[in-house]
Amino acid sequence: MQFALLIYESPEAFATRKSDGTDPYTSAWRAYHKALVESGVFVAGDPLEVPETGTTIRIRERQRGVQDGPYADTKEQLGGFTILELPSLDAALEWAARCPAASLGAVEVRALAPDIKRRII
Amino acid sequence: MNESVLEKTQRTIERVARESYGRLVAYLSVHTHDLASAEDALSEALLAALAHWPREGVPQNPEAWLMTTARRSLIDVIRHNRVVLASEPTLMLLQKDSTEVLMATEFPDERLKLLFVCAHPAIDLAMHTPLMLQTVLGIDAVRIAAAFLVSPKTMGQRLVRAKTKIRQGGIHFEVPQDRDLPQRLDAVIEAIYAAFGIAWDDMAGADQRGRNLAEEAIWLARVLLQLLPNQAEVQGLLALMLYCEARRPARRDARGRYVPLSEQDPKQWLSPLIEEAEGHLAEAFKLGRIGRFQLEAAIQSVHAERARTGRTEWEAVTRFYEQLLRISPTLGTRTGYAVAAAETKGPKAGLELLDNIDVEAVSSYQPYWAVRAHLLQKLGKSAEASDAYDRAIGLAEDPAVKEFLLQKRG
Repeated sequence: MQFALLIYESPEAFATRKSDGTDPYTSAWRAYHKALVESGVFVAGDPLEVPETGTTIRIRERQRGVQDGPYADTKEQLGGFTILELPSLDAALEWAARCPAASLGAVEVRALAPDIKRRII
Repeated sequence: MNESVLEKTQRTIERVARESYGRLVAYLSVHTHDLASAEDALSEALLAALAHWPREGVPQNPEAWLMTTARRSLIDVIRHNRVVLASEPTLMLLQKDSTEVLMATEFPDERLKLLFVCAHPAIDLAMHTPLMLQTVLGIDAVRIAAAFLVSPKTMGQRLVRAKTKIRQGGIHFEVPQDRDLPQRLDAVIEAIYAAFGIAWDDMAGADQRGRNLAEEAIWLARVLLQLLPNQAEVQGLLALMLYCEARRPARRDARGRYVPLSEQDPKQWLSPLIEEAEGHLAEAFKLGRIGRFQLEAAIQSVHAERARTGRTEWEAVTRFYEQLLRISPTLGTRTGYAVAAAETKGPKAGLELLDNIDVEAVSSYQPYWAVRAHLLQKLGKSAEASDAYDRAIGLAEDPAVKEFLLQKRG
């Protein structure tokens, strides 16, 4: 089964992106990524640019709405995602707990939905 | 109503609930095999206590009051659900002596049977501990779910499923016969220790939940020991947990940073807990039946000795691990043995022991990587050490442990 870890990060966590990469948070991410890959569970994943760079589009009654910034205006923001191949949700939750963002922001675990995908492609 | 009376009564109810929960659930379910109804009935009784006691005063025997009230409510529940589960004989049985019970101040302690039911081989192994925490201690599913890193809804469903299996699956509420006892008792002990293990790992310093679950596990072990005083492994289990618990204040420094065992200040260890642990371990050894938990406790007793002697007798640790390996060659034992061997014979010997462990088996076992990194670093293999540190950091959950390892990696 594949699971997505949706990484929600705090402003402090986003701020570490400006550091030289030796800060504890970035180092913890480097270690976490290595553990994911070497344990053979990593499928894909990427960080996203900071939320302020997002642009959100809505079309209502043929009117285009364009908003600067992310979809939702919350303190913690989506900062990236990771897709893992794991036998169960329990295993996915364990990996989520190890994620550096879990102790500074939040990590949401969702199973991918291959059935829905098959209806589409 | 005077608020302080209400508060005082609430505290009394909390205390009685805590002390009597398991006894009441066990007694109420021993004939019906229906844990869920027993728990519902007890919740009703606790609510009733909350309504009556502040006005009428706390009864002389609160436990008997709760039991009588819960029992009445259980009869109602069973009547209501009779289509599903009512066995007429059970109903009769419950009603038959309800008048006697009204007068009674004592009832048999059936918790031992309940503990064996929770850790029954027909119940999913992963549910032994959650069932115990809920039915014997009355801990709610949300808290259990958090401890086990499962969603609250899922944990609730799993608990319901396990209880249904107990009710319908012909699982007997009984103490196993002598020939089955050792094996069945192992399952009970393992389940209690699992609760402690979670509390031990889940120690983000400020997190109260972790500490409380350790206390609950110790409480369960005390209950078990009270019910089975002549079982060496039960003494061993309690000793082991007390030794570990004694070190809790020393596991973090004033700034919340992780402090490994070797760097802990023994003055911060809780000596009354250590003394109590020694007592239990000595009792266990007198029974002359060595087992896994006694050996694990013995290893901790060697570490505890440092408070008196100022040094760790690693030769003794190694010998206990050698015995432990023969009866319980788990990843934890093998990793611990490597640590001890590294102390007595040097890091190379420790590393060789780690090399013998199948890499697949340790792909997500954090302590292995932490020990491996430490030994590689001691041997001056810095590139390999750094890789192993990364694995250990990536597998760690506790931010304080991550930070500690990041610093060691350099």
